[in-house]
Amino acid sequence: MKTPAQTNMRLTVAKTYKLFIGGAFPRTESGRSVALRNRSGEFVANASRASRKDLREAVVAARKAAESWAGRTAYLRSQILYRAAEMMESRRESLTATLVKAHGKTAKAAEAEVSASIDRLVWYAGWCDKLTQVLGNQNPVAGPFFNMSSPEATGVVVLFAGESSPLLGLVSIVAPVICGGNAVVACSPIAHAPIVIDFAEVLATSDLPAGVVNLLTGNRDELLPTAASHRDIDAIGAVGLSMEEQVLLEGGASATIKRVWIDTDRTSSAWALADHQSLYRITPFLEVKTSWHPMGL
Amino acid sequence: MSVHNGVVRSAYHPPAWKAVDAVAVEARAAALGTRSIKKAAKLQGLLLAVSMIDLTTLEGSDTPGKVRDLCAKAMRPLPGRSDIPSTGAVCVYPPLVAVAKEALAGSGVKVAAVATYFPSGQGDLAMKLEEVRRTVEAGADEIDMVIDRRAFLMGDYAKVFDEIAATVEACGPAHLKVILETGELQTYDKVRFASQLAIDAGAHFIKTSTGKVQPAATLPVTLVMLEVIREHYFKTGKMVGMKPAGGIRTAKDALKYLVMVNETLGDAWMSPDWFRLGASVLLNDILMQLEKERLGAYDSLRYHTLG
Repeated sequence: MKTPAQTNMRLTVAKTYKLFIGGAFPRTESGRSVALRNRSGEFVANASRASRKDLREAVVAARKAAESWAGRTAYLRSQILYRAAEMMESRRESLTATLVKAHGKTAKAAEAEVSASIDRLVWYAGWCDKLTQVLGNQNPVAGPFFNMSSPEATGVVVLFAGESSPLLGLVSIVAPVICGGNAVVACSPIAHAPIVIDFAEVLATSDLPAGVVNLLTGNRDELLPTAASHRDIDAIGAVGLSMEEQVLLEGGASATIKRVWIDTDRTSSAWALADHQSLYRITPFLEVKTSWHPMGL
Repeated sequence: MSVHNGVVRSAYHPPAWKAVDAVAVEARAAALGTRSIKKAAKLQGLLLAVSMIDLTTLEGSDTPGKVRDLCAKAMRPLPGRSDIPSTGAVCVYPPLVAVAKEALAGSGVKVAAVATYFPSGQGDLAMKLEEVRRTVEAGADEIDMVIDRRAFLMGDYAKVFDEIAATVEACGPAHLKVILETGELQTYDKVRFASQLAIDAGAHFIKTSTGKVQPAATLPVTLVMLEVIREHYFKTGKMVGMKPAGGIRTAKDALKYLVMVNETLGDAWMSPDWFRLGASVLLNDILMQLEKERLGAYDSLRYHTLG
């Protein structure tokens, strides 16, 4: 009888895609999983279907992380985002392979999406310590006062990613929000689980404090109403909502005056365009604080 | 009479050591912690838990203003919701007892105070007793004393017993809770032994921790103590109260403790007269859960005071 080594046989090491909450990778508390299949119907992996309680846990983790993340120096936030880009660069091949195997992309498209995602992180990393100069002001006022406005993080932001471009679509909405000093809970469709959780592994190894980014995979129709009415969320951003979903989100959010930002979904090549890396993707999740200080003292 | 290190002690015969099966205690505590509680029972449990809280502030930076705020919160935890009961007590340091007493006058909320060189218990007995007497005079309804862990760990059990017995006497009409500081007792065997010793000495309540030492209250330690209370009840017919304190932060934790008390001691103990939770941030977490049931949406700490 031959040993596995002699036959070149190995057991398959199948990966189960869990969630990313507070820096850890827990299974959904609901225990629900969905078998993902590729276009030809072959089994790819089991993915988690996050529940409302998972969303709540993720918001608790984000709330816990929010204050210290916002309180770090902008320079350090910038370094950490750049570090995430470095980590992604060193995993470029495995991320590309996941996009090909689990998400049916061509090798060329997958590589382009990974590259664009890395570049996007680098682009927003550069903005962390430049926001205040560009968006802040010294305002002329009719009185003997210095009057200064400066941007501050909104707080805990929940994001819903669109259906297309599972990696670049996610990075494009998460990066500007953490760049501004917010903590994020991002919900992606279950089918995106392989690349989303690969991205979570990038974040988990990039000095990003636990809880600053939490990644869930689940059904939007299940999670959106809970997020909309949740009183401890400061803003919600969503991509590709139907009119009914927009009404539901705006209605729920109005009860607790959450900020709401809605955008249309795009293909990977469209997301890759330079107009989707913009200072004005950071500003929807910033508050302006204005301070008055007496002159001449 | 006994002699320990040349000092004469009372004729107290300490209880026999009984080994605690640590694995079984931890497994039992973990199993009780997974009990599923349905919505109506959960709401009942949360309201009951509020009424059992000793709302506590034990900081060097405590001021009369902070204690008055805490008392207002204890009497009416959530303005606008009269269905939520007052907490069981407010727990403060002795110099703030008078402030709490005045703020809570007529509310039914008790004033508890820590005494006897809290939290270390390292002090002269005469001064400990003097502190207790003065604190009761100032209006404390309940005294939370700490045992002398140094004496306990050195085997001078009679000294520990005598101190507790003397403190019971010094308390007069006030109830006495005896803090074992289980985080410093090292083993379940010692927790069990110390619980029996405190009960023998006349404790009205036994309490896990000061909250100043880690680990503070845990479910297994509480289970060991509850089982001593149960044995004592079967033997003598006398009830003793229980107070886990420190580290109980979430509504979920509180429900786990209630399940454990109900399963170990039964309905008779499901009242603030016999069970208390020493906590501070716990109250807000329970209020958030109660609000979640009312609103149908997860709540935020920003709508609650002193959080």
